This record gives sequence, structure tokens and C-alpha cells, in this order.
Amino acid sequence: MKVTEKDVKYIAALSRLEISEAEMPKFTEQFNQILNYADILQKVDTTGIEPTFSILPLYNVLREDVPQEGVAHEDALKNAPAVHNDGFKVPRVIE
Amino acid sequence: MKLYESTVHELHEQLQNKQLSSVELTKAVYDRIDEVEEKIGAYVTLDKENALAQAAKVDAMIAAGETIKPLAGIPGAIKDNISTKGLRTTCSSHILDNFIPVYDAHVIANLRKDETIFLGKTNMDEFAMGSTTETSYMKKTHNAWNLDCVPGGSSGGSAAAIAAGEAIWSLGSDTGGSIRQPASFNGVVGIKPTYGRVSRYGCVAFASSLDQIGPITRDVTDAAIVLNTICGVDAHDSTSLPVDVPDFTKALRQDVKGLRIGLPKEYFGEGIDAKVKEQIMLAVEKYKELGAEIVEVSLPHTEYAVITYYIIAPAEASANLARYDGVRYGYRNKEAKSAPEMTKLSRTEGFGSEVKRRIMLGTYVLSSGYYDAYYKKAMQVRTLIRKDFDEAFRKVDVLLTPTSPVVAYPMDGKIAMDPLAIYMLDVTTIPVNMAGLPGISIPCGFTDGMPVGLQLIGKALDEETLLRAAYTFEQATDFHKAAAPLGGNK
Amino acid sequence: MKNYITVIGLEVHAELKTKTKAFCSCSTEFGAEPNTHVCPVCLGMPGALPVLNKRVVEFAIRAGLALNCDIQKFNKMDRKNYFYPDLAKNYQISQWDEPICLGGHIDIRVNGEKKRIGITRIHMEEDAGKLVHSGLTISTSDYSAVDYNRAGVPLIEIVSEPDMRSAAEARAYMEQLKAILEYTDVCDCKMQEGSLRCDANISVMPEGTTEFGTRAEIKNLNSFRALERAIEYEVERQIEIVEDGGHVVQETRTWDDANGVTLSMRSKEEAHDYRYFPEPDLVPVNLDQAWIDEIKATLPELPSARKERLLAEDVPEDNADIIVASKKVADYFDAGTKATKNLKALSNWLIGDVAGYLNAEGIEIDDPEFRITPDHLGELVNLIDKGVLSSKLAKQVFAEMLKENEAPEALVKKLGLEQVSDAGELGKLVDEVIAANPQSIADFKAGKKKALGFLVGQIMKATHGKANPGMVNKMLMEKLQ
Repeated sequence: MKVTEKDVKYIAALSRLEISEAEMPKFTEQFNQILNYADILQKVDTTGIEPTFSILPLYNVLREDVPQEGVAHEDALKNAPAVHNDGFKVPRVIE
Repeated sequence: MKLYESTVHELHEQLQNKQLSSVELTKAVYDRIDEVEEKIGAYVTLDKENALAQAAKVDAMIAAGETIKPLAGIPGAIKDNISTKGLRTTCSSHILDNFIPVYDAHVIANLRKDETIFLGKTNMDEFAMGSTTETSYMKKTHNAWNLDCVPGGSSGGSAAAIAAGEAIWSLGSDTGGSIRQPASFNGVVGIKPTYGRVSRYGCVAFASSLDQIGPITRDVTDAAIVLNTICGVDAHDSTSLPVDVPDFTKALRQDVKGLRIGLPKEYFGEGIDAKVKEQIMLAVEKYKELGAEIVEVSLPHTEYAVITYYIIAPAEASANLARYDGVRYGYRNKEAKSAPEMTKLSRTEGFGSEVKRRIMLGTYVLSSGYYDAYYKKAMQVRTLIRKDFDEAFRKVDVLLTPTSPVVAYPMDGKIAMDPLAIYMLDVTTIPVNMAGLPGISIPCGFTDGMPVGLQLIGKALDEETLLRAAYTFEQATDFHKAAAPLGGNK
Repeated sequence: MKNYITVIGLEVHAELKTKTKAFCSCSTEFGAEPNTHVCPVCLGMPGALPVLNKRVVEFAIRAGLALNCDIQKFNKMDRKNYFYPDLAKNYQISQWDEPICLGGHIDIRVNGEKKRIGITRIHMEEDAGKLVHSGLTISTSDYSAVDYNRAGVPLIEIVSEPDMRSAAEARAYMEQLKAILEYTDVCDCKMQEGSLRCDANISVMPEGTTEFGTRAEIKNLNSFRALERAIEYEVERQIEIVEDGGHVVQETRTWDDANGVTLSMRSKEEAHDYRYFPEPDLVPVNLDQAWIDEIKATLPELPSARKERLLAEDVPEDNADIIVASKKVADYFDAGTKATKNLKALSNWLIGDVAGYLNAEGIEIDDPEFRITPDHLGELVNLIDKGVLSSKLAKQVFAEMLKENEAPEALVKKLGLEQVSDAGELGKLVDEVIAANPQSIADFKAGKKKALGFLVGQIMKATHGKANPGMVNKMLMEKLQ
């Protein structure tokens, strides 16, 4: 077992998700199955191999500092679940 | 031939020659949708009113004597993870089921400029995570060749729509095979262009370093036509390549004489269905007949590609999907007493289980203490996978493989039972995304009435050789002309 | 009680003075209506992608060079993952393991002693939006509204070494850093608007030990005064804990300015695990030495060099420190030197009467409300040096100059304040006063030196203060001896 149900809970909390008690055993099992399979990577010698941070032969894609119109205020808020004083309303920020 | 079964290039001529009006064509396709959509379930959203208005506009242009673009007036379908201003874009997820974008994806803006027509948005695996379209929150999509089977995925709706005559062309997106595999399962053509060929701006991100938009069409010519419109550098996407876009239709020549085609031996070993292999080997024979040179090559790190992908893609996805928090758009749990709780409940209720699994897997491999063992290691193995291709392309011009080790399989919720087994089936398509290369799937035969797809993989930015090789095979065979029966026990 | 050593390191966030945000073309203008400077990118809309603003890189290099850092040629951006409603993507684009600048320093002076404070690194990142709370504070609010105008505004984070040993050193470092960022014109440094923000890492250790104590990070230090007070409070708090045999908890605390205390920000939230990884939506930036050299060539004279120049021109060191701490003040001073050669006097006026006025009015030296031009201040100094004005009259002229933008000479004439230095006129007055005050003359001759002062006063009174006091003194002495 690479991860326990406790680990899964911790990962869920970091991901802002909840795994119900009923789903937990199966979820943990599947999680472990995938991580166990990942062990095959240990067979690969990666000494001195650069990680692929970018697959493109591209550098220095930079934009000039020139302002452009964004979206209209109404459009910005169009999909908002709740609005207050022209802002996106959220319930209290501290639990 | 029925209008809805025609190709873009055939219809374009008829429109330009005024033998057909765009309104007539668009109505014919909507009629077909009315007829079969209940069986297929390709669409999440239809936009008939706007489509017909646009058709009328194109008809007016033609009447005024204008020369129209190849896609003008020809109705297509857009995968529901591509942002369309004013038209609901859900990624087939509950968390976005009421989301109306305020901007167009770069590809959509290009297509609008060419005066094309959007029929609607197609069903997909939720956030493109899956290879059966079964993880969609919206509906099930069925395979037009056997309604009991999956259409593949994640662009299952876009591929099924072409197979079932519910669109003339469509767009999909491909992160680990999501265009090519459903194209293969549905007996149609699908291309994943070189990473950076097509702007990702407006393609709802799953795994940023792998995602690429591409066409799904009835034949290779149509694929080239759609590519012509969607490719090209975009100032809004730092990863779009500042290179000239050739006229891809010019590459469509029947000529593979002397073309060196590599067969990577790792793609023909155990795991590949014998009947699929048989069809692929027949295609190899065909290429020999047509004058191509067949060379066996090796891509030794292929066996690590799947797990490497299932580390890198979830890692990127875990961050890309963090924005669905119930604050600015999308589903919100309204009972929550605090913002953290609201976000947690909105995500828990808004995402399906496959999405949650991948977000958490990604969170895990990036978390403190595991980054080096999983994420960094996978990024290093990715380098080795790329080098394998570099090495192979020293010897050959294109690579030929099965698109999928299997044909479309029954819809039985396998994925919930054993995600890893389903993940393993992506082994033939995933390495192409890992290396950022272009890949195409074309129909190459049938087993037990289900289409088999042939994958060709090209060098970076060499879509032209890929198209030429695909076109030559297509013109020498009839597989792309077969019509799906829409049969099955459904 | 043992003696304790305080160890302080500062993390300073400076908003860069670009026209547009770090990764989109929205305006960075401060104070606009909520959610009006936004677009799909800074709102974190599905499918939107970042594109790096060239000027952000340029300003980071500029700041790095001014702070004596090594500029790193290879740059990539990373994602820092955490959930917060003001963070539109719920990750911040930042730099993790390869910051643009490494290893710089700032020299400070506290109580006349010089000290070098190391700079560990500078990296580029984006700012978050703003939460407007329904109540007075975050914890008493039932709900909040998010404004993303600030989301994506470019920042540099400047991380110091834990080299500071007192609140005064921390303040001196912060003041010097602010001056350098102003001089290089990369940040407008308005602490009250949040364009320059400071977090302090503070720990204490008993004298004689070498291992740093457990540190607390104090956030929300919006002024120099808050920085000093918070450090003083926190040091005391930590020493008290250690003295009582307890352990300082490693945590984030916030400064409550109203009550003058630091408060724990610990919530029941999980431990922070930012899960940094390279930002796949951006490609690396490889800096060209030619570009770095070009930026270096355009760096202005920095506060330290300026101070050396002022010292060489006989400006007292205390004055020089104050003048160079603000680029605006230093530029004003430099402009004033075109009008006068007496820089010492000019510096005294500047840090005395001018600073006093500005402080009282709560305005800055470049505010149009402040009407005295550098030329006029220089001319005022010259009028004193030439004996046209006594320093007392000069103050009167200065007060008048604050009211109207006019040259001091003109005002002197207008007010009739010109000093009487005419020997004939003064001689007549001296004779009159001697004739009218025989008793005082007798007292003076009897050795009562004070009587002289009385006589001078009589002349000043007769001239409404305009008589040249030096000349009057001298002439009286001559007559009486």
C-alpha cells in the first residue's frame, strides 16, 4: 500500500475535494493500483537526463506593454453565481 | 449520396456553383440530427437558429457573386471544450453546465472569419478525461457502427457525429489520443497536429503541455481543409509556433514511392488484438504495393509512456482544474457557510469520479516528498520517449501503428471497474502527445463489422508528409466510403 | 533574564510600474471600479492563456542590477498552487527554483554605523485580486466580494538574508530598498496603496548561541512605523515565550495596527503544500547579455552614489541621508543646486522648513500644493548669503513663498522686507539711538555688555527688523569705544 485512506483524505483536502466514506476503500485501492504500476519507472535509468520542461524549440515569447480592452464589466460578471457591489460574492473567507 | 454524408470539398463546389444553398444543406444536417441523435447522443448543445442565420448570410454572399472560403456555409460540430462566445461550453461537466463563454477560442475566431457554420457542441468525456465518452455528465454517446459500443473518446461526440451524418466536419482535442482513437473507433479521419501548430487559446485546458485541437472528418482532403483554417501562430498562446502554415491541400498527392515507413516493433507486440493487427498488416502490404519502403524500428521507452502520461497529465490537470471553485462561474453549492467549504462542496458535487481521481493523482505526484519520485521522474522519461522518436526519424519519414490496440468495445462501465486497464489501451496514441508530434488516424479495415484505424506519426511540423501518406492509402482503398449502419441492440 | 539576539529577514513585494498586467493586456491602473480591468486571462476563464509582459522582465532585471544581484540567464515560470477566492486560477504564476536574480545586497546606516544586508533572491510573479469584506475585518464578515482588477498585476518579491538584528535595521533596509526601487522607477512604492508590501520573518536566540530560533512570519506591514512596531512587539512576545520555558511556533501572524499586536493567522486549514511545477503555458526566457547591458546602461544614479556626491559637496551626512532616501526630494535638491552654491544651507532648508511644511500638510514634494520651486529655494539661500535678508526675515519670505509661486527677490520687494545695509542710513540711526539713551551708554561703559543688545534692539525696532544686525552691531561698537 503506497497510500492509506488517511493519505487520500489529505490529498483530497489539498485538492478541495471530498471523498465519501462509502467511496473511500475503492478509491484508495484504485489509487494504489496506479501508483504501484508507476513503480516500473524505477527501472528506467534517468541519471543526467534533463526533464522535458518544454517540448517546443521556443524561447522568449514576450508581449509588448501596451494596454488593450479586456471584457466588459457585465460580461465579467455574467456567469457569476452571486454578485455584490460589482464583485464576485463569496461566503465568509475564514471558516 | 445524401447531403449529410458528403464531404466538405464536394459540398463546397456545390455551394460555390449554386447547385446547393447553405440553408438547404444546414437544414438537411439538422433533419438528420433530428432523425438519429436520440440513438447517437453526439451533441450536448445545438444552435440551430444561429446556424441557419449564418447559412443565410453565406447564401447571400454567394448570390452576390463572392468567392467563398472552402469551409464557408458548411456545417460543422465543435467539441464542448472549445470556447464559443455566447454559446454554452460545458466540457460535459456538471460544474460548467450553465457556463456561457465571453470570448471565442482562437480556432473559433478563425473559423468564423471563414464564414463556416457551427451546428452545436459535441459530447465528450468530462474535461476530456477518458477514452469512451462515458465520463460525460451530460449523456451517453453511442457508436454509429454498433450502438452498444462506445464511440471512443474523449472526442466521442465529434467522431460519432461524423460517422452518423450529424455534421460534415468537426473539431476535437487530443491530449493522449482523444481525436485519433475516436476517429479510429468511428471509421473516420482524425488528426492531432504538431504541438504548437494550433493555438490552444480557448481550448479548456486539461494537460497544457499535451493538448492540441484538430479536425475529425470523412476523408483526408477535408482534414487538410480544416487544418488550413485552424493552424497558425496566435499572440494569445505563448506555445503556438511562429511558423508559416503551408496550404495543406497541396500535400494531397498520391505518391508514397520511396517513402520510408517505420513500424515500431513495440506497437505490434502483446496487447494488440490479433484481428486489429491483421488489418494493420494488410495496410502495410498495401503501402508496399504503392511503393513505400517498410522499415522496422524501435521506440524502446514505449512501455513507460502510459504511466508517464498518467503522472504528467493529471499533474497539469490538478492545477488547470483548480479554477472551478464556484466563485466566478459554474456550479456553486449555495448552502456552504464559508468560501473554503463552498469551493470544496462545489467541486465535490460538480466533478465526476474520473476527474476527481485524476485531480487527486496529480495533486499527489506534485505534493511535497513525491515530486522527484513521480513528477520529475516522469518528465525525465518524457525526454527519453522524445529521443526515441528523434532516433527513429533518422531512419524513416513516417511511423505506422495501429491507432488503438482494439476496436470499439461495449459500453459496460469498464472504466469504473478498472481504470488502469482502460488507461493501458492508450499506449499507441500517448507517446505521440508526449513528443508533441503530429499523428493521423485513417480507416484501414473492419473486424466483426467494427472499423479499424491506422495511425501515421510524422516528424514535428511535417503534417504534409503525413497527409500525403494518408491520402495515398485512402485513394487506393474504399474504407472511408463505408457508411455506418447505426445498428445494435439499443 | 538572558540577553537575546533578534534575527530578521524581510520579504518585500513590489508592484511593478508597468502599463499592463504580467500575463494579459489589462490596465494596471489603481483605483478603478471593481472588475473593470479584467479579461478572460486574469479572470481565470476556462481556456485562457498567459503571455508574459516584456517590461516585467526588464523591470526585474533593472531592480536586480540596482540591488547588486547576479541576473540569471535562464528563466522559467512555475505554478504555485493554493486555493483562495482572490486567486482567479487558484494557482499563482511565480518563479520557484530558478529566480531571475540571486545574491545581491543593500548597505544601510544605523546610528552612524554601516552594515551590509544580503539579498537572497528576487523573483517575478503575479498579484492576486482584492477581497472587499462586508464587515470591518475578514473574521467578522459574513461575506466578501472579490475584485480582480489587481489580479495579474506584476510583482517582484525581494527576499533578504536574515541579516537584520533590530527593528531599526529592518526599517533602514526597507527605506533604502524603497529608495532604490523609486530611483530605478520600477515601482511607485505607495505603501498605503499596497504597491510596496513587506512581510517580516522574526526569531530570537539567546546571546552566545549560534542556532536561529523558530521564526514567525508577520504579514500586513503597510508602513515603516508598522514594520518597526510589529518587530518590537513580536520580539518581546517571543522572548517572553522562551523565558517562560515555552517554544515559539512556526506560523504566519498578522499585524493588528490598531491594537499594536501580532495575531496568529493559523486556521484549521491543512499545512501549506504549494506543489510548484513548471508553468506549461509559458516557454522559458533566455536573457541575452546585450539586453542586460542595455538595461544597465540606463540605470540612474542610485542613492548610495548620490549620497557620496552630496557628501563631497559639503552636505552634512544626516542631511544627505534624508535627502537621498526619496528620489523626489533628491531630484528637488539637485534642481536647487543650479540656483545656489551654498548646498549646506540649501540642505538645511530642505530637511528643516520644507520637510516641516510637507509633513504638516501631509503632501509630497512634487504636489502642486507645494508652490516653492527648487530655483526659488536656492535664491532664498542666496539672499541670506548676500545679506539681503536676515534669517529671521528669510522665514517670513519663506512663509510668503508657500502662498504664492513667486521669486523671493520679488517678494522681498513687495513686502518691503529688504534689509537696510546702507552705512549712511544706519549711521544716522546709530547716532539717534546713542543720543536718546544716555543711561544705556553709561551702563555699557560701566561694563554692562547687555546694554549693547538693548541699543541694537532699539535700532531694529525703528527699522521694523530690517536693519542689518551685523552692521548695526559693528557701528555701535565703533562709536562707543
